[in-house]
Amino acid sequence: MAAVALSKSVFLGTGVAESTMFKSTSVVPVRGHIVMTSNFEKTNRYADELKQTAAFISAPGKGILASDESNATTGKRLATVGMDNTVENRQAWRELLYSAPGLGNYISGTIMFDETLFQDSRAGVPFVDILKKQGILPGIKVDTGLQPIDGTDGETATQGLDGLAERCQKYYQQGARFAKWRAVLRVDNEVLPSSTAILENAHGLARYAQICQANGLVPIVEPEVTLGEGDYSIERTAYISEKVNSHVFRLLNEYNVILEGILLKPNMILPGLDVPTPAPEEVARYTVRTMLRSVPGAVPGIHFLSGGMSEEEATLNLQALQAFGPTPWSLTFSYGRALQSSTLKTWSGKEENWDAAQERLVALAKANSEAQLGKYKGPHPSPGGERILQALRLGGAGK
Amino acid sequence: MAAVAMSAGMALKSSFCGAAVQQSGATAVAAKPQRVAMFAVRAGGYDEELVKTAKTIASPGRGILAIDESNATCGKRLASIGLENNEVNRQAYRQLLCTTPGLGEYISGAIMFEETLYQSTSDGKLMVDCLKEGGILPGIKVDKGLVPLPGSNDESWCQGLDGLASRTAAYYKQGARFAKWRTVVSIPNGPSDLAITEAAWGLARYAAICQDTGLVPIVEPEVLLDGSHGIDRTLEVAEKVWSKVFYFLAENNVMFEGILLKPSMVTPGAECPERATPEQVAEYTLRMLKRRVPPAVPGIMFLSGGQSEVEATLNLNAMNQSPNPWHVSFSYARALQNSVLKTWKGQPENLEAAKKALLVRAKANSLAQLGKYSAEGEAKEAKEGMFVKGYTY
Repeated sequence: MAAVALSKSVFLGTGVAESTMFKSTSVVPVRGHIVMTSNFEKTNRYADELKQTAAFISAPGKGILASDESNATTGKRLATVGMDNTVENRQAWRELLYSAPGLGNYISGTIMFDETLFQDSRAGVPFVDILKKQGILPGIKVDTGLQPIDGTDGETATQGLDGLAERCQKYYQQGARFAKWRAVLRVDNEVLPSSTAILENAHGLARYAQICQANGLVPIVEPEVTLGEGDYSIERTAYISEKVNSHVFRLLNEYNVILEGILLKPNMILPGLDVPTPAPEEVARYTVRTMLRSVPGAVPGIHFLSGGMSEEEATLNLQALQAFGPTPWSLTFSYGRALQSSTLKTWSGKEENWDAAQERLVALAKANSEAQLGKYKGPHPSPGGERILQALRLGGAGK
Repeated sequence: MAAVAMSAGMALKSSFCGAAVQQSGATAVAAKPQRVAMFAVRAGGYDEELVKTAKTIASPGRGILAIDESNATCGKRLASIGLENNEVNRQAYRQLLCTTPGLGEYISGAIMFEETLYQSTSDGKLMVDCLKEGGILPGIKVDKGLVPLPGSNDESWCQGLDGLASRTAAYYKQGARFAKWRTVVSIPNGPSDLAITEAAWGLARYAAICQDTGLVPIVEPEVLLDGSHGIDRTLEVAEKVWSKVFYFLAENNVMFEGILLKPSMVTPGAECPERATPEQVAEYTLRMLKRRVPPAVPGIMFLSGGQSEVEATLNLNAMNQSPNPWHVSFSYARALQNSVLKTWKGQPENLEAAKKALLVRAKANSLAQLGKYSAEGEAKEAKEGMFVKGYTY
């Protein structure tokens, strides 16, 4: 494109007319205006809103409740407390989560599954309205699951690009303001992840991110280097995570994704499951180092996944991160299992446990909110828990 | 706190392309004693020293004095004050710069050309020793200059990788502790993807080699001022360039805590009718940096690239009005030397005045690094632009 066309600077939102800017030879300093770069950002009418949304979600003391388990995965969770995988049970479970009193003090956004975004409470109130009242932004999982990459050692690609733009528009209309796409990479001592897997997953994330931004949704970019079996060291995880992030950001940049309008959802840096669990301070040191090395300051928030850490471990590690600040992005959480596990157990599908379960959820959210501020003191609502592991589920078509 | 065990499986040099872990000859892998610092260092190598050097150069209120003009370019400087281009004159000039008392309060490092690194003053004292005694770290230009890039749109690439490892090892022995490699990208010529890729890859290879031999690499992809493009276009190109640079640096396993950057500020092209205020330059430049530079990088030392002395200082000052994740400072050649040359004129009786002039400029930029500079009282000459169209080093 011609350099001349681009030199007509586009300063939006300040009332300075383009023709004035172009003709004048003396420059009027314009404060607070938007600085545009790529054509994508210039022509994207959601650009401002994306940045505001991302800033809201990553505000101090706030984090994300991940409740976007597909129906199949939700079924597995319900089964652990003896419940059937029916639409009513799924509805009741999410209603418990979203209507927990005071949740909005600690949770700024919740990621939902397709079914849930369009669901109502049992009394007929749309979940998106319940969340809005709580001051919690609805988000939506938009990937349609993992598929194996043939010829690799159990590595996966994430599906979901086809028709993604239309789906994003539909979700935006329903009230969603951010989206999530989970890419998974396996790590070991020698050959994993392969360059094939890294490039495939980074590409998927970048395309997804751009399509989301074009349709008004802040993309959570999740390149999960997953906690797995083996004795690979914490240094190995750190190194691989840096590499993966480098590829991810390279492609985000190539696709002109607006970095002020994304959130990152990485793993904390942990060694393989066969290595003794490291102390929070060590996890924090490696994790912050990795983030400093690979995440530009324009990204407003880094929301760590809990990925198998016990509920208490997830809180303690989050708190330990804050000691290595100040950082240009907030170091916060997007927790699924670490907020839901004991909540579900407390409820077990029984009406008489409803309030106690909600209280457990809010207590867990509060603990993590305090940890984000570096102010968590304990005791933890769920002390001394085991790792909460789940197998990688393949073959989903978003079901 | 538990010691950080460095197991062989740590494999920092392993490729993820299915190749087996390389036990890279580092033998003893005993657990290292716990460090207070945030990061774990690799077994062996210069990592700790690199981080320390980079932090020292990026210390508050200080920046870099670039005096690494090749002999030919130095000749241009000397010619501008009527001096012949010979070794004696180059020695006299560099001696003036390296023996200015008190310079180390504002200058943390000085980049030299090879001749100067091995040169002595007229009293027989090594230039590197003069600098070290003044609290200034010696640096060395290691690239071998720009040549035409075939298959491009009349663009250039930077040479110098051949034999670089042995040269940098020798420079380290001579006392250098950081290095510099300057490549360029031209907006009027595209820039083409080829030129950007070549620039970024060359920088990444150079940086890896430097770190391997103990020198902190200054990473300098200069987006040239030439052209009539507006500031938005500069921002777009700068973002593209730095994205590739960091990607290739990571591919080459360069340690970001041990590098420094030397970017050009994001400004309109020299021939663009719309000019930008220092605040605008600051806003655009910081936006670019925040989008592309990981916070692990300790220091960003801007080049002046043809701006006037005062312009370069004002812009730097505007960038330091609020905290940044990295030290934001200067690595100026023309913007520090211009007044000095004009004051000295090659006359011994002007020596003291010339050294004072250097201190004036150095102090001004030191204040700018701290965000405390004011342009009141600056001389008229200091405000004159130094842009030269098609400038070659």
